[in-house]
Amino acid sequence: MKFAFTDEQRMLKDTSQSFLAAKSDSMAVRAACRSPQHFDAALWRSVCNDMYWQGVLVPEVHEGLALGWVEMAIIMEAAGERLLTSPLFAVTQSTALLNVCLQSAVRDRCLADIASGHIVSLALTNAVGSWHASGVSVSDLGDGLTLSGEARFVPFGFAASTLLVVAANEDQSTSIWVVQSDAVGVSVKHTPTLDQTRPMSEVRLEAVAVSEAQRLSSDAGPLIEQVVALSRILIVADQVGVAQASLDLSVEYTKERSQFNRSIASFQAIKHKAADMMVKVEAARSLLYFAACIADAWFAQEATDAALQEAAYMASACASDAAFFNAGSGIQMHGGVGITEEYDIQLYFKRARSTESYLGRPPEMREAIACQLLDGGEAWS
Amino acid sequence: MELTFTAADELFRQEIAQWLNENLRDEFAEVRHRGGPGDEHRFVDERKAWERRLAEGRWTCIGWPEAWGGRGASIEQQVIYHEEYARAGGPGRMGHIGDTLTGPTLLAFGSEDQKARYLPDIRSGQAFWSQGYSEPGAGSDLAAIRTRADFDDSSRQWKITGQKVWTSLAHESDFVFVLARVDRDSVGHRGLGFFLVALDQPGVTIRPINQLTGTAEFNEVYFDEAVCAADDIVGAPGDGWKVAMGLLGFERGVSTLGQQMLFQTELDEIIRLAKLNGASRDPEIRQRIAEAHIGLRTMRYNSMRTLSGGEDGSLSREAMIYKLYWSSWHRNLGKLAMDVLGPDAELLEEGPYELTKLQSLFLFTRADTIYGGTNQIQRNLIAERALGMPKEPRGQGK
Repeated sequence: MKFAFTDEQRMLKDTSQSFLAAKSDSMAVRAACRSPQHFDAALWRSVCNDMYWQGVLVPEVHEGLALGWVEMAIIMEAAGERLLTSPLFAVTQSTALLNVCLQSAVRDRCLADIASGHIVSLALTNAVGSWHASGVSVSDLGDGLTLSGEARFVPFGFAASTLLVVAANEDQSTSIWVVQSDAVGVSVKHTPTLDQTRPMSEVRLEAVAVSEAQRLSSDAGPLIEQVVALSRILIVADQVGVAQASLDLSVEYTKERSQFNRSIASFQAIKHKAADMMVKVEAARSLLYFAACIADAWFAQEATDAALQEAAYMASACASDAAFFNAGSGIQMHGGVGITEEYDIQLYFKRARSTESYLGRPPEMREAIACQLLDGGEAWS
Repeated sequence: MELTFTAADELFRQEIAQWLNENLRDEFAEVRHRGGPGDEHRFVDERKAWERRLAEGRWTCIGWPEAWGGRGASIEQQVIYHEEYARAGGPGRMGHIGDTLTGPTLLAFGSEDQKARYLPDIRSGQAFWSQGYSEPGAGSDLAAIRTRADFDDSSRQWKITGQKVWTSLAHESDFVFVLARVDRDSVGHRGLGFFLVALDQPGVTIRPINQLTGTAEFNEVYFDEAVCAADDIVGAPGDGWKVAMGLLGFERGVSTLGQQMLFQTELDEIIRLAKLNGASRDPEIRQRIAEAHIGLRTMRYNSMRTLSGGEDGSLSREAMIYKLYWSSWHRNLGKLAMDVLGPDAELLEEGPYELTKLQSLFLFTRADTIYGGTNQIQRNLIAERALGMPKEPRGQGK
């Protein structure tokens, strides 16, 4: 039992943090949010070429690094800490999906594309915001298969060259298709969001012709459940980063701010709030790295689907609460300047809110746990 | 990162589990699951006999070096020991203070003579210890202690005068370690000594403190020129604070996973009752039961981080949050138990004031967030030591 980073993992954490400290500081994040492209394409190229983060989970045969989920969590945590405004989550989520699909030519091509820096986004979510049911359907009107419908909250869809589209088959089972975003009938629209560091898109498909060769999976229902769980773990890592940065920024501010001839950090009302924030982030961090270990075990077929789901529910409930509590408390600790545009705490507050509802809010996570504990669901492990 | 134990550690697990299975039965069957927090006053003689049985199997003081009768057990093995002990329903350890506090303190700071005089009886389950830190005027501000120790040149003995409080099971113990002021003019951390004092002597009076549960595990201990030998001071006069603080760092959290197994038993019982009485259909109760489940699992991985941490014994960030986290969680669990029971929560096991296990949990967990450093003190420690925030200026006099 050694529930601690290896030397390599510690080094990865250090290099990730220092890369982002240089490349994704406050000014860079704000510039990315303001830019017409909604992100900094040059920074994304640097992430891909200098750090190779897009290839962390990609298998070696497709020119990836084939590292594990603990490594990915370390990087995503650093990204959250620095409000990284880039398609890293989108691409990693797609990689997770591709890694659980059966081998096929189209799957291999997508993985190789990701490794070489192409942006591939998952179009999963339907019009009412369910994370499980698709808003796209497959039809066969005699002259070939077509996809029609729309998907919302597609991360970085506007920048993606390729979309992985989840669609309902005519018999209500689920399939997944690889669609080029410039294909005829595909329109992708950037949707302005409250949190500008995690831009989203709407994808509309109007009778987009697809061939069997573009199909990643024909019965993808259970697979989607696992991909959502894995995606939650990535978001949890981001939230732990947000929770940590919110704490650090706020403590730093209160040490500098003087009132009543004292640093306000010396008041217990402030210290106790900061201590509660640290409890939240450390608890969330413990569950994050547990969940990352379970994800690795799940890929190695050493953990059940239910164990992966449970780990993701628990970590998500905890980290969503931690990020929002810490960022919200952080604004309060900043006092008046906390609500200005100038200070960064507001950016963390918005990222905490956007990640909290993305892929399900904490009460939904807890209800899923309660079902297992109280309604005689299958055992966890 | 590795969440599982090695094959060698799993063999160790089998060994202790099998020994407990073979020994925690027959005359010891009645002490299973007894003597835990809130129940510490029960089955005292039987639990002392159990300590001697443990000692026969070399299952006391396993973290001590082999030279002193321990097993030199690794952190992992100690964790496993506590887990299996809890799983088997092992009773609250009468020898706990001697095993985990007195022993390690003497091993680190004691003289060879002190080790030879005190360690064998602790290991063999013959001598039981209690701790004398807090005083009526020295709770959160422990350095404010006023108990005095004066060296009497004629009798070549230390004479101790003062009052200690919250001394668990003093009336069932043989010895107490006492933090006392050796320099009358000193204040705060300086001028203290750490003494080893026999309780069975004319200068010591023990009075139980009746608690809100109707039971009395804690005591007040009065010292009126109580004596101990010249060489019953650990370290030099003036080193008391250093010795006392060193002692607090010894446990390293090896018992936390065992503690969590007791918590799991409590949570399982609450879940069982919720299913039985229909509280499991209440959406608010469902959220809280899930929250409790998540919190307990959080503690587990938090502890595993701590136990996997650096060898230097310094407290990591996750170790610093542990007391605040578990005590708040446990207190909430007590309230959850009452809310699951609804109106039935009011009904006693029997008169005049015999509590059910869950009522006892509810009431006694209010102490969790107070003893061993209140939640407020814990927050101060986290803010000052982990986050580097400045100390509150100290008050001037009254």
